[in-house]
Amino acid sequence: MNSTIAMITFRAMLGRRRAVLLFLLPGALLVLALLLRVTGTADLDISANVLQALGVATLLPLLALIAGTGVIGPEIDDGQIMYVLTTPVPRRTVIITKFVVALVLVVGFAVVPVTLAGLILTGTTAGVVPAYAVAMLAGAVAYTAVFTALAVASRNAVAIGLIYALVWEALLASFAPAAGTVSVQQWSLSIADALTGASQIDSSVSLPLSLTLLATVTVAGVLLAITRLRSLTVASAD
Amino acid sequence: MTSAIHDIGYRHYDGPRLGRGYVRRSLYLHNLRAAWGLGRPARSKVLPFLLAAIVLLPALGSVAIAVATKMPGELIRYSAYAIYLQVVVAIFLATQAPVLASRDLRFHVVPLYFSRPVGHLDFVLAKLGAMATALFVLLAAPVITLYIGSLIAKTPDRGTQALEAAGALVGCAVFALVLASLGLVIAAFTARRGLGVAAVIAFYMISTAFVSMLQGIAEARTNFTLVGWLGLLSPFNLVDIVQVRLLGAELTALGAPSGIGGGLAALAICVAIVALAIPILGRRYRKAGLS
Repeated sequence: MNSTIAMITFRAMLGRRRAVLLFLLPGALLVLALLLRVTGTADLDISANVLQALGVATLLPLLALIAGTGVIGPEIDDGQIMYVLTTPVPRRTVIITKFVVALVLVVGFAVVPVTLAGLILTGTTAGVVPAYAVAMLAGAVAYTAVFTALAVASRNAVAIGLIYALVWEALLASFAPAAGTVSVQQWSLSIADALTGASQIDSSVSLPLSLTLLATVTVAGVLLAITRLRSLTVASAD
Repeated sequence: MTSAIHDIGYRHYDGPRLGRGYVRRSLYLHNLRAAWGLGRPARSKVLPFLLAAIVLLPALGSVAIAVATKMPGELIRYSAYAIYLQVVVAIFLATQAPVLASRDLRFHVVPLYFSRPVGHLDFVLAKLGAMATALFVLLAAPVITLYIGSLIAKTPDRGTQALEAAGALVGCAVFALVLASLGLVIAAFTARRGLGVAAVIAFYMISTAFVSMLQGIAEARTNFTLVGWLGLLSPFNLVDIVQVRLLGAELTALGAPSGIGGGLAALAICVAIVALAIPILGRRYRKAGLS
């Protein structure tokens, strides 16, 4: 961890327009949760559905994508990363710092608001909300690592991440269950599945396998990012 | 005519002047090519063509099944296609709108355009037209594929098929214009491509998820009028209302307000979106890069 890099990254992420995006997404979810609560339509089925569809399947990957690529992608794009790389800070430290910053943002802007929305909707009935919170925390770590690695490896990181999160995980997994096995979302859901007896949460992957895969993906993502940053060539932007 | 402030004796240009129309055409063509990554490195071509392939794949599969089983009923409905694949279409819009809208801002080249005889309106219309054309190509290709498939599979009542396909093509044009306007306006507010992509997709996700949730609640309370009117608030549902109420298609989205009135309201919103996008973009680019 390097506090200067962390501070600069935080400032870049929370400055002006990017921050609007970060606040808008969870804000919309909270408004919806309040609306459901006020109109009294929030039974356990609907709430679990909202948490699942909006929280776990949409908000978490989207925020992880914005934060994970945002902490390092723009700097590589316009060559500013050179100012960091020419200091005697190890590349390892650069990546780990950026990863931690991104993770803090994802937890702050996705995991906490979705958990709040869950509490507004159901309270703590059947332990659904705490289960989701833990699952999303695990998912946040894995997603952030993957998207940070993607941002170092490719210039089209955001688009590739979108195709993965919205097409692969959401569309393909519902048609071809085999694709669901390779999905961070399903892995983190299996944690939620194990933590609560509520029938609303269902995952296609077994718990030990998911935990192993989550850990592997996280470590592999961070390692890949570090290796790629070691041999980074700053080409002209397209 | 050409009043010279200084005439220091250089030779004058007295060849043909190609004028504004030529500028407008060139800008439009340049932007259209950029939207598909043509004339750019292979890296920029991968995404648009990959997404186009994903969009086209279900249509080809559907045609293959319909022809093999000789059951033309298996073909996907023309007007439903864009809505079934809305996520991929939204990703195409999100990745390609910033290519047109943000790059000039980021490299501060907008003032260079405006130092030529290019009006703000020309500049914006060229971008909007190019994005809309790119989207129309993306959306119309599968519809045409399906129509050809229906001809091969020898679907009965050719007339109805042709009419439905034509209606769906008009629908594609409305989709293209509305989506291009929304995408460009959102993407033009940032000079960073990655952020633009995220902003466009976030707008799509929020509006769609939010509206479908609200529609779900309204449906649970059997308030079907509200389900229909809420549909006006999400882009794909909005255009589907136009398709259903004015172009005679079947409903694909979650709801549509009843009668021609609902369709006209949806069309009015579509027109308003496009009409508002032009001045907003014009304002954005007029000031860009002069500070």
